[in-house]
Amino acid sequence: MASETGKKTVKKKSPRKSAATSSVNGHALDGLKAEPLSVTFNTYPPSNKTHRQLGLTKADVLDMYRSMLLQRRFEERAAQMYGKQKIGGFLHLYIGQEAISTGTAQAIRIGEDSVITAYRDHGHALAMGMTSNECMAELFGKIDGCSRGKGGSMHYFSKELKMMGGHGIVGAHIPVGTGIAFANKYKGEDTVCLAFFGDGAIHQGAFHEAANLAGLYDLPVIFVVENNQYAMGTAVDRAAAEPDLYKQALSYDMPSSLVSGMDVFSVYEAMQHHVAMAREGKPSLIEIRTYRYRGHSMSDPQKYRTKEELDAKKDEDPILRLKAYLLEHKMATNAQLDKVDDEVKQEVMESVEFAENSPAPGLETIYEDIYSDKDYPFTT
Amino acid sequence: MAELQLREAIRAAMVEEMERDESIFLMGEEVSEYNGAYKVSEGMLKQFGAKRVIDTPIAENGFAGLGIGAAMNGLRPIIEFMTWNFSMVAMDQLINNAAKVRYMSGGQFKFPIVFRGPNGAAGQLAATHNTSFESIFSTIPGLKVISISNPDDAKGLLKSAIRDDDPVLFMESEVMYGMKGEVSDAKDYLIPIGKARIAREGKDVTIIAHNKSYWVAMKAAEMLVQEGFDPEVIDPRTIRPLDMETILASVKKTNRCVIVDESNPFASIASEIGFQIQREAFDYLDAPVLRVNAKDVPAPYAKNLIEYYMPSAEDTYKACRQVMYAN
Ligand SMILES: Cc1ncc(C[n+]2csc(CCOP(=O)(O)OP(=O)(O)O)c2C)c(N)n1
Repeated sequence: MASETGKKTVKKKSPRKSAATSSVNGHALDGLKAEPLSVTFNTYPPSNKTHRQLGLTKADVLDMYRSMLLQRRFEERAAQMYGKQKIGGFLHLYIGQEAISTGTAQAIRIGEDSVITAYRDHGHALAMGMTSNECMAELFGKIDGCSRGKGGSMHYFSKELKMMGGHGIVGAHIPVGTGIAFANKYKGEDTVCLAFFGDGAIHQGAFHEAANLAGLYDLPVIFVVENNQYAMGTAVDRAAAEPDLYKQALSYDMPSSLVSGMDVFSVYEAMQHHVAMAREGKPSLIEIRTYRYRGHSMSDPQKYRTKEELDAKKDEDPILRLKAYLLEHKMATNAQLDKVDDEVKQEVMESVEFAENSPAPGLETIYEDIYSDKDYPFTT
Repeated sequence: MAELQLREAIRAAMVEEMERDESIFLMGEEVSEYNGAYKVSEGMLKQFGAKRVIDTPIAENGFAGLGIGAAMNGLRPIIEFMTWNFSMVAMDQLINNAAKVRYMSGGQFKFPIVFRGPNGAAGQLAATHNTSFESIFSTIPGLKVISISNPDDAKGLLKSAIRDDDPVLFMESEVMYGMKGEVSDAKDYLIPIGKARIAREGKDVTIIAHNKSYWVAMKAAEMLVQEGFDPEVIDPRTIRPLDMETILASVKKTNRCVIVDESNPFASIASEIGFQIQREAFDYLDAPVLRVNAKDVPAPYAKNLIEYYMPSAEDTYKACRQVMYAN
């Protein structure tokens, strides 16, 4: 529904402003005057700006293209390996949402700013610079995986890159992201934390408690809802009393944006603005409208949506969109873009080999990484 | 008798009870239009309508609390947790409200509510998705905890749970949902809460195990039988209240006991049963009580590690041989 994101970047007052009237159920509330609400909403529709207007070089744009393509090819291969039972557990694919991770990574200081997300984490990890090798090896449950085979698909971490994890309990990582931002502020850094979550997660109390704390303490955190329209089999309007999720910001006096997740430039622009706000100590919320092409996880038969709906969304594909842009602006030839594809495919192929060849973790490692003591007395 | 999958037996219990009593409703994530994340509630929306089979947002604390309030006010909710792993979000509602308000109000309110869903490990799902929680909830007075191992028990015990006037936590297992077994179709088939089942009679060693671990125990028992031993296997079925009478009678007969329990070992159900046995049957014991638990670590993802983590038939077999001094 990216087309709903409006025309130009408009600043509009909260549409809920009139809700704060001085009567409830027809009873006048004497002496209570509603203040006009000051929260602003921005929209970042697709095809809003050119790369030049955004200050992006040709190299930047090509990097973005490569990043999105790497995520796509990585996950296509992962799905195949799952089919071959090389990968166990859950596998939640990010295919269709790559513009979000890539637009974000381009807009932050990697290694200084933090990202935390849920279990659909491959895209963010790769966009931030985690390697295909460590990511694939983790899916294979091998010792060279980014979490030493202990986490699997849902738990990618890189302390060095400040990828603060994929997390498995819906909503539970949102307060953690807020705490990461608290520490940034406490230490006097101007770094920020981006907490990503799904349209299903916004209904958890954890989000609302975290948002209130962030507003209360002026924390440099950005709450980013990746609204891919579904939480498992539940369409967003079947779970949300207010399906315009960006309006949740009203309750916490936060600026908020509605962004097209099909256009990497829109994501990039919005992120830049929100990151700048966060660096000034202003928490905010972004709703990015996107779509996941695959089932919720590999075991989901997707009976809750039609093929027509899915096909229509695939027409808005963020990678195809950027490819068309590159060609149209004569920034690359078809042959050059095909070469990029060949390169990332090769990289992913090699990561499968790497993962195959990496050893399974030794049984003794089951007792490692639990406490910092080396001689902790475990119970038997 | 009919052969049913575990999920069908659970559904049959809910359907029969909902047909009988209008005040029962089912609520949870994906239970309605999606027909249940593990298809336990398949077809129930069609039969009972959206008023009684209700999808929720992902908000465990909210809908668990809603259920408790509804129970306080005259309804009999069945609240499904997609898995018990996610009930942690609702822990406060379960422990501080469901378990305690009856007591704190001097008995003015009852809580006829069932919380149900799959519990324990289901494979390579890593630490947050693979924990066995029955021992944690069992420490809380005011809650009843049932952990079933087969379709027939599932039906009989769930029907009893739904009719019970106290909060009952009903623990299933997603890896057992497809398991088939004979299920009674007797009208009002109720298995009493708090009665253990002697699954195999024997005289050499008592093995106690519930839920998935029951099948681990049965496998170990088979291995022992091959070697000429005669183990007794007891499925406690309900963890709280716990049928110590049956367990003690068995231990007094066999004089040896091994407990298989997917909880982490520290302060586990096995610890509690072991303690009670030494207090009540110390003079009958010919060997220390042993337990076979999940390892004392969070569940790992890697295939070889999660297999190592889980209580195994092999370990159970070894523990039995050890208490029989057959090693
Ligand atoms: C507390 C909790 N409840 C339920 C689940 C099971 N679950 C996993 S993902 C999911 C849907 C989440 O949807 P959303 O937040 O929109 O993210 P998306 O999958 O769309 O990226 C559910 C219900 C869980 N992991 N944690």
